[in-house]
Amino acid sequence: MNEGLRESATFDRATIHAIQRAAATGVYDIRGWGAKRRLPHFDDLLFLGASMSRYPLEGYRERCDTDVVLGTRHARHPLHLDIPVTIAGMSFGALSANAKEALGRGATAAGTSTTTGDGGMTPEERGQSRHLVYQYLPSRYGMNPDDLRKADAIEIVLGQGAKPGGGGMLLGQKVTDRVAGMRTLPVGVDQRSACRHPDWTGPDDLTIKIVELREITDWEKPIYVKVGATRTYYDVKLAVHAGADVVVVDGMQGGTAATQEVFIEHVGIPTLAALPQAVQALQELGVHRKVQLIVSGGIRTGADVAKAIALGADAVAIGTAALIALGDNHPRYDAEYRALGSAAGFFDDFQDGRDPAGITTQDDELADRLDPEEGGRRLANYLRVLTMEAQTIARACGKAHLHHLEPEDLVALTIESAAMARVPLAGTDWIPGRTR
Amino acid sequence: MCGIVGLHLREPTLHPRLGELLAAMLGQLAERGPDSAGVAVYGDPVLTPPGRSTVSLLHVSDTTPLSEHLPDVKTIPLGQTTLVHAPVTTDTLLTAVTATLPGATVIGSGTGVAVMKGTGHPADLTRSLGLAGMTGWQGVGHTRMATESAVTPEGAHPFSVGPDQCLVHNGSFANHATIRRELRADGVVFDSENDSEVGARFVTHQLARGADLEKALRLLCERFDGFYTLLVSTADSFAVVRDAIACKPALIAETPQWVAMASEYRALAVLPGVDAARIFEPEPEEVYVWTR
Amino acid sequence: MDPMTVDLAATPVRDLNQALHAPEPEQRWRVRNPRGAHAIACGLTRPLSVEIDGHVGYYCAGMNQHAAVTVNGNAGVGVAENMMSGTVRIRGNTSQSAGATAHGGLLVIEGDAAARCGISMKGVDIVVGGDVGHMSAFMGQAGRLVVCGDAGDALGDSLYEARLYVKGAVKSLGADCVEKPMRDEHLTELAGLLKAAEFDEDPAAFRRYGSARRLYHFKIDNAY
Repeated sequence: MNEGLRESATFDRATIHAIQRAAATGVYDIRGWGAKRRLPHFDDLLFLGASMSRYPLEGYRERCDTDVVLGTRHARHPLHLDIPVTIAGMSFGALSANAKEALGRGATAAGTSTTTGDGGMTPEERGQSRHLVYQYLPSRYGMNPDDLRKADAIEIVLGQGAKPGGGGMLLGQKVTDRVAGMRTLPVGVDQRSACRHPDWTGPDDLTIKIVELREITDWEKPIYVKVGATRTYYDVKLAVHAGADVVVVDGMQGGTAATQEVFIEHVGIPTLAALPQAVQALQELGVHRKVQLIVSGGIRTGADVAKAIALGADAVAIGTAALIALGDNHPRYDAEYRALGSAAGFFDDFQDGRDPAGITTQDDELADRLDPEEGGRRLANYLRVLTMEAQTIARACGKAHLHHLEPEDLVALTIESAAMARVPLAGTDWIPGRTR
Repeated sequence: MCGIVGLHLREPTLHPRLGELLAAMLGQLAERGPDSAGVAVYGDPVLTPPGRSTVSLLHVSDTTPLSEHLPDVKTIPLGQTTLVHAPVTTDTLLTAVTATLPGATVIGSGTGVAVMKGTGHPADLTRSLGLAGMTGWQGVGHTRMATESAVTPEGAHPFSVGPDQCLVHNGSFANHATIRRELRADGVVFDSENDSEVGARFVTHQLARGADLEKALRLLCERFDGFYTLLVSTADSFAVVRDAIACKPALIAETPQWVAMASEYRALAVLPGVDAARIFEPEPEEVYVWTR
Repeated sequence: MDPMTVDLAATPVRDLNQALHAPEPEQRWRVRNPRGAHAIACGLTRPLSVEIDGHVGYYCAGMNQHAAVTVNGNAGVGVAENMMSGTVRIRGNTSQSAGATAHGGLLVIEGDAAARCGISMKGVDIVVGGDVGHMSAFMGQAGRLVVCGDAGDALGDSLYEARLYVKGAVKSLGADCVEKPMRDEHLTELAGLLKAAEFDEDPAAFRRYGSARRLYHFKIDNAY
């Protein structure tokens, strides 16, 4: 290539391709994964380890507990998890039955919960999941009171970080006999999901809906309310007013199986920006740590887990990272990814159902590539690493429990992240917008 | 996000029971809005004596400067609200209030309406006001679960921004910021950041320009985006309108003795003769008006 | 034997529901003074008979399984939502979203149903003696909706495979909902539904509506 060629920052090659694709097809681009743009994130925060003024704990010897109890506010049977890393809602339909089973196996082995998705509960995932959270979504596909009673918690979904304000999608390639049967749909149709619940709108009516779900399940199950991160401060307050036991806030990096690209990249706020707003709302209502907070969207490492908890989350949820642990985007399938016009590390066409790793597919032959036991082991390994990494940081900060991490243990590398996380810029006492 | 109640009494023998019935209705909807509440009472001879104008105020502790300015001013303290009435026109009274009580927020004015608001649980408000002892021919009430604006007494409904006019809202407007800017450009002044206040200011603005209540609400439907059930009252009328999608609940009950509106049936259940009432849900974007 | 009577003026709804969920509940129940309370008789799993005298609030008989629930009055939002089986009969009118997402059973509304009656219905049969409001059977996936009166705007919008029968006027049809011919099998089906609902109506007086199936695959033409 001529060294003098200059690529436009505004019209870069991906942008030019997107315009060409739109002009050729006349439909918007639908894809999976979450936001791919660069966003202020936990990477922009650093921990202040102990030295002279604080005392660190000895790794391997001195306690650093990781357990968390979710749903202590109203539920008769709260969820006791060994680690504060849970598996986010992903549907059978978006994922293969083997993938769902693997998520259940991995979560159970690591002592945490997994979550159903739009389309109901499969016997495989219920059977392999010690703690299973049942999602209650606008579409109510596969919504069944027997399954509701089999669940360990109920998560009322208002939205997700990848598409706050939007309904789900599942393209016809993935609406197989079994998926269609569970959702009461014709086989092979491009499924549309509603963006609002069919029988309530707004927090005042949600209050009544939550009471109904509690009545149906005899006030046993914790009730979560999940929102995509947008007007998080208000939404968290309203979820608490409506009676939630647990609030789940999903930042814009959160994944999806199929959503318009424009939605994924341009609606919602980053996890880092949403989390302090959520904590502020809970603190102002006097319920921080009483109504538990789970955050998700871009959690990858034990450092992310520790930072989210330090900023005030009780637990985190992972989705995309869990799929990667199962084998998504693995280099061993690179040739096949390339045959689909993608590459290992880039594959996001979850909507098409031709996932070479056998995870985001309903094709039996592809799905068979994922052994649920082996996948479960990999996920459990990954969850243990996340936990050990978070403990390593917590001990270095002198904490005998992950939940003893606090915002004051953090500093920020950039002005943006300092303003969003509300912690000082490293080496200063300046929190933009808060201190002078 | 809230609960709405309203009662328009056709039968004069029920007028002594207005406050009692309104308090009972409001009490049923406390869960829909536990943050704050407000009521407006039309035609109570103690709160709004005939031949005088009444202004409802927040943030007033001492009305002496007003009494020194105008003759025969009477002050009625009611919790966080203070009512003042005097034998002058509403405009004269409002001008005098502005001049002498600079910290006060006007939350209602006219010759026949008393507006009372406060933060806290609705049951506490109705108790502190002594609402059950109030009388009159029409009343509206609201329990509030604040969505995006602060929990303050002035953020509570009803929004009463024109003479003897009130608006209460359940839902959330989607383009209120733009309409607020447009109204401000027309010289309209706002008291709060509440989206519902924009609806009230819009209606008052249209009425001031000569529209009747039905026309004003039709114009509101054309201009406002979002979800709303609105109850709007004036010196002689009672009106209900919902947005095109009509998700936010509303029930109207009508008997020869009264017309009532509420977000849920349980608020209507307290009314005398409700078993014989015609009960229906207002249709989307249809304006229902009852006039005295 | 007289039914078990519960007065909601004296007993909380929660206690009533607990009694109805008990391992071996009484078979027949009479509920007095509901006064618009919410979630009455929801989550039932047994073939009980529950008769409620008065108007009920939101989600009465929600997620019903096997029980027969009758309301001698009006019902609030989402009556019999997500019902699986059994029968729910409302002698008066219902608010919006009656029978929302219900999978099975029979919902009979003797009066009018407001907006979104049968929204996302997944197999339930709903028979309405009066009118239904706008967006009824929105995204209806399966089951039958019978309307003896008129239907409001956008009937059957984004319909999947639910079948709709309306005797009166339809204000407008929603996206992808079309009138379809009434064949013998439909007359037979409709006669059975009217009989089950105990309505004396002539099936031949009804028209049938269903999905044109043009929204089944995303196309540029589908966009609004």
